[in-house]
Amino acid sequence: MSQETSSKGEDDKKRRHIRIALAGNANVGKSVIFNQLTGLHQHIGNWPGKTVERAEGTLSYRGYTIDVLDLPGIYSLSTYSIEEVISRQYIAVEKPDVVVNVVDASVLERNLFFTIQLLEIAPRMVIALNQIDMAEKKGIKVNHEKLEKLLGVPVVPTIAPRNVGIEELVEKVIEVYEKDVRPLFTLKCGPEVEARIEKLSALLREIKSPYPPRWMAIKLLEGDEEVEKIVYSEKPELEQVVKALGAEIEEIHGHSVSSVIASERYNLANRIARECTEQLIRKRRGFIEKLEEATVHPVLGYMIMAVVVAALFYGVFRFGDFVTALLESLFDMVKVAYDGWFGTGFLATLIWDGIIEGLIAGITIALPYIIPFYIALSILEDSGYLPRIAFLMDAAMHKIGLHGKGFIPLILGFGCNVPAILGCRIMETDRERLICGFVASLIPCAATSVIVMGLVATYMGTNWAIALYILDFAIILLLGRIAFKAAPGEPVGLIMEMPAYRRPTISVTASKTWFRLQDFIFTAFPIMIAGNFVIQISSLLGLLDVAEKVMSPVIVGWLGLPAATGITLTFGILRKELTLILLASLMGTTNFAAVMTPVQMFVYSTVVMVYIPCIATIAVLIKEFGYKRTLIITLVEIGFAILLGGVLYRILGILF
Amino acid sequence: MPSRSVQDYLKAIYHFNEMGLPAKTSEIASLIGVSPPSVTEMMKKLEKRGYLQYTPYRGAYLTEEGWSAAEKVMRKHRLLERFLTDILGIDKEKVHEQACELEHSLSDEVEEALCRVLKHPDTCPDDGKMIPPCSKEVSSCLECVEMRRRVRKGRELVPLTALNVGEEGVIAFIRGGRAAVQRLMDMGLTQGTRVKVLASAPFNGPLELMVRGANLAIGRGLARRIFVKAATP
Repeated sequence: MSQETSSKGEDDKKRRHIRIALAGNANVGKSVIFNQLTGLHQHIGNWPGKTVERAEGTLSYRGYTIDVLDLPGIYSLSTYSIEEVISRQYIAVEKPDVVVNVVDASVLERNLFFTIQLLEIAPRMVIALNQIDMAEKKGIKVNHEKLEKLLGVPVVPTIAPRNVGIEELVEKVIEVYEKDVRPLFTLKCGPEVEARIEKLSALLREIKSPYPPRWMAIKLLEGDEEVEKIVYSEKPELEQVVKALGAEIEEIHGHSVSSVIASERYNLANRIARECTEQLIRKRRGFIEKLEEATVHPVLGYMIMAVVVAALFYGVFRFGDFVTALLESLFDMVKVAYDGWFGTGFLATLIWDGIIEGLIAGITIALPYIIPFYIALSILEDSGYLPRIAFLMDAAMHKIGLHGKGFIPLILGFGCNVPAILGCRIMETDRERLICGFVASLIPCAATSVIVMGLVATYMGTNWAIALYILDFAIILLLGRIAFKAAPGEPVGLIMEMPAYRRPTISVTASKTWFRLQDFIFTAFPIMIAGNFVIQISSLLGLLDVAEKVMSPVIVGWLGLPAATGITLTFGILRKELTLILLASLMGTTNFAAVMTPVQMFVYSTVVMVYIPCIATIAVLIKEFGYKRTLIITLVEIGFAILLGGVLYRILGILF
Repeated sequence: MPSRSVQDYLKAIYHFNEMGLPAKTSEIASLIGVSPPSVTEMMKKLEKRGYLQYTPYRGAYLTEEGWSAAEKVMRKHRLLERFLTDILGIDKEKVHEQACELEHSLSDEVEEALCRVLKHPDTCPDDGKMIPPCSKEVSSCLECVEMRRRVRKGRELVPLTALNVGEEGVIAFIRGGRAAVQRLMDMGLTQGTRVKVLASAPFNGPLELMVRGANLAIGRGLARRIFVKAATP
């Protein structure tokens, strides 16, 4: 589009700036290449309006400024996942100057299936043939010169973690950009399909669209909804033509067109892969393969998983607890100093309680857990162990309408819901992310557990505490199932790659953690501070007494709780511990048995467990799912908690 | 219970598959006495319902489901033929048509009674073809059990979940929603692809497969809908 040669000076300026996109399957070492290219000059955020990570960075090389965008790891350019749609739109609409297709040499055939699809959109392209060391360990040697010849696209062999071939890759990118090398490659299907693709693409030439006509023709025949929208809005009469052509192909082959075309692509990928790979004589089975087998073993696999998950949980929360305690005592000292400095007047209190307190809450509650969690998650992802956990837990997770990958976020939810909801990104589709996030927000976190222990276990006995947990899990099961039914979209079972184990690189882990953390602070902190501000200011202005009166029909009438709990529950939104701490101060005693009946304690704890995600959780829910969905989740949980609490109050009233 | 016309189609395809041959559209058309286009349309319907698998220019093969539905009708048909000739003494040439009419209204109970009265016959009278065994495991009828095994050997399509760890198969077809099938194909599970089962998670968990040099995990529910021809490694 913008490649016309302009005047010399402007041209020079333009030429120094290259935009490249990294595209490829998941687990091919794309993020390592991204990291090698950009180092500390990167930014991790979200694609606008999507729960998909967008990593961008810049690199300066020989007077060129190269903007690098790391597209999500995908297997195809269809519309199965949001990542696929984002990627193809980016490549076709934003038109990066060069697309770097990162290809895993050890799984060449499957990677080439994606390469062939990229070539159909025909951007300027360079292939990074990555992980050649791992391929050789598996006994596969790829002849990159032959591959280059067969595809008509420059191929650079790389070993990203060791920085092998990265400079050559950049050189190639510049060369392709300067010489404006376009791939001349088309997937030729069988004659009966080819004739129909050509007939259709001839009809599509006048359609205004960023996609090439031939590509659109193939996509229309495959039944791609996005392309259908583009084309049929302009030429609705084509719908009949596409249907007829598709029916003809189906008649000949007896299978759906998408199946026929996928087979054609794979046949080609298979031919190319076979021609340029050489099978070396394999050494004995290595340690890695034995580990791969052991970690999915029906007995040993679960034992290893139990150890890893326990270590992860323990590590994240021990570290978190320790740092939280440390920071809290630090901030207590700051508070003392602050009071000494500014006094405890209205304004000073307002500034501290309304603004600084919110910031402190963010720093002391969320960050100490999120940092180790991000590190752990990054290691789990990059090492290739995460899919193994998903494999082992898939059957169990299906009971609550999720598949195996959801296990990690849910387990983490028992410590803190915030990292749990952030972890829901490992699910592929939007639908699964939403269900997972909803269920994670229901998991009783460490703070909630403190309340259950402090009230129910202490005053009613351990059995009642256990009963409450069982009740809670039943609720999670129930609401999870309902969410599974109610969430839009087609449920898809588990389909995932089990990548070979790799050593995670420190630089990738560190930079991922650092840049993800930045993103978290920028998006979640303002919401937490604002939420805190609203509640504190209402408290200072005496609005809470009004709120207490307004809530009392529900709190006292329906739930049978003391009126003061209306206030404690409101403050509990800031942090759940406050529901117990404030209760003690409002009631003027820590002997709760004197002021509350066992039924009230049980009902109160149940409501606290379910009623609302805390402000930090709400902030991440908004960050991940947007305001509307967060509002729905919050309202559903409040409504359900009130309903359940009232029913429990009446049932337990009979028992006691 | 499939409708009457569906039963007739299943029977016709069974007729060819039984001899190890695929059922071609033209042959089915002449056998049932309908036009080839309406056969094609029906075949699509039947494939959608999971009764058969259709390959162009080659013809149709019944799936597990289709096979047992067809077997049930065939068994009734041939038992009736025996009954009509042996007990009622009706002319061999006439029994086929008569049985075609009666088979659709025969209850399972009557079928069982017929089998008993006829003393578990093996073949039908008009062309000497085998009567498909009943769907129950009849211990007193050893031959019946043996025959069942023999008939089934001709047909090798099994869901992926039927393979043991270490076994291989070639994908014949995948049943399921558009998104799931598309995704499976994108991951390399296209028709004719050889897959090997590497591991199987307990409690009906997923299978780990080797597909085109990559390791994939597929949920059990999806794996049940992937039909393969068992292959020797």
